[in-house]
Amino acid sequence: MEPSAAEPSAAEPSHAEPSDAEPSHAEPSDAEPSAAEPRAAAGTPIGRRVVLGMAGAGLAGILWGSRAQRVIGSALSPLSAVDGLGALGFLPAANRFRIYSVVGFLPSVRPVDYRLRLDGLVRQPSELSLADLEAMPAVTVRRDFQCVTGWRVPGVAWKGVLLRQVLERAGVGPGARAVSFGSFDGTYTESLTLDQAYRDDVVVAYQMQGRPLGTEHGGPVRLYVAPMYGYKSCKWLSRIRLVERVEPGYWEQQGYEVDGWVGRSNGRHDTAT
Amino acid sequence: MGATTPPPSQGGPAGGGGPIGRGLRLVRFDAAERWVHWLSAALFLVLLATGAMLDVGSLSVLVGRRDLVRQVHVYAGLALVAPLLVALAGRWGAGLRADLARLNRWDGDDRRWLRSWGRDPMLHTGKFNAGQKLNAAFTGGAAIVMLATGVVMAWFAPFPLSWRTGATFVHDLTATALLVTITGHVVYALGDRGAMRAMVRGWVEPGWARRRAPRWYAELTEHEGG
Repeated sequence: MEPSAAEPSAAEPSHAEPSDAEPSHAEPSDAEPSAAEPRAAAGTPIGRRVVLGMAGAGLAGILWGSRAQRVIGSALSPLSAVDGLGALGFLPAANRFRIYSVVGFLPSVRPVDYRLRLDGLVRQPSELSLADLEAMPAVTVRRDFQCVTGWRVPGVAWKGVLLRQVLERAGVGPGARAVSFGSFDGTYTESLTLDQAYRDDVVVAYQMQGRPLGTEHGGPVRLYVAPMYGYKSCKWLSRIRLVERVEPGYWEQQGYEVDGWVGRSNGRHDTAT
Repeated sequence: MGATTPPPSQGGPAGGGGPIGRGLRLVRFDAAERWVHWLSAALFLVLLATGAMLDVGSLSVLVGRRDLVRQVHVYAGLALVAPLLVALAGRWGAGLRADLARLNRWDGDDRRWLRSWGRDPMLHTGKFNAGQKLNAAFTGGAAIVMLATGVVMAWFAPFPLSWRTGATFVHDLTATALLVTITGHVVYALGDRGAMRAMVRGWVEPGWARRRAPRWYAELTEHEGG
């Protein structure tokens, strides 16, 4: 019914317009317009069906594409574990990282110039270089990375130092109940309670999938808070400050939940990571 | 361009461009159609470049300036529909409207073309062959999909989060498909000087029309003879 309803309007211009544009040759014969009409209108309007069909499929994709992506993504996840997020990153259906930055650029520091400042309510304010971190006992935490906007990268291996050990190296001072994080992008901030910071799956990470952490992923050093949404995992980590109470971070001041547990916050119901 | 551009005569016959030296020139695409084509092509290239900068991790590190790149991408995307709409809006769009009607309609000849990929000797192809029709329809449909999903991605706040995920997924897939088909389109165009000239200068030589679009050629010369 769709093609026949639209047919007259589509057929019309094809014979009406040439006679507008070229009166000199369209006028002479009366048979001309009626002869041109069946030729232009002949055949099935496949073109329009293709266009409308694609538009419909696109709409369906907006509504249900996240489910399709989950299915395809988990089907491909054994591959992405092997692939180390290299070639698969170009596969549109694969679960992969999307790069966000709250400033208008991707901040970048050479690994040798990198410093992590520890201050606030610590016994001994100090600075750690990347080499200092690498010299500390390393852990690898392999967990999913879930973004609050919906994408999820399964089984990502994060190597680094437990946040707990970094804090203890500086010495947790009396009265410290929470931790604030700063980024060398100059803008981003995050926070955890001291209890959350002491978990076994909260890492100051310098490697991802066996490789040095790239700038786009928050390198050379970022935070990885496994059980929480990605915004808690402060990228381009440059400062750890012990404080008396939780100071809401960048996104939390704009409405994201401070306790960003995966599946139990921000109105989302993802499987826990 | 003006010198060799005949009046926009879609169904019109041969030769508005005037015989310079040898032979007849058949008008294939009028000025409005060519403007739409090349403006859209330029915008597509901008979208491809900025899209790659946003989406490919290593490129995004090289370029930096994400905000700016993102804005260029979004506004170029919105602008992509403008040339077509402007061309369709007025009298100058006569040729374009007529060609869209031709691209829309499929007959037995098109099915034969698809089955033999244009090699069937019995083909009597009109102005556009089935491959060109398919390409036009796919590109048009893909543009609508890219626009709709792009709008959801750029202005996601009022929509459910799952829409944003779905839109991103579809935007990615469609972009990949478009990259493939448009690369094919360019490769075919580069391999056919006559077709290329039709989109650059607007006209083709009769020999090209006889070979590549015999039924269209017959239509034009019928007029001429009658």
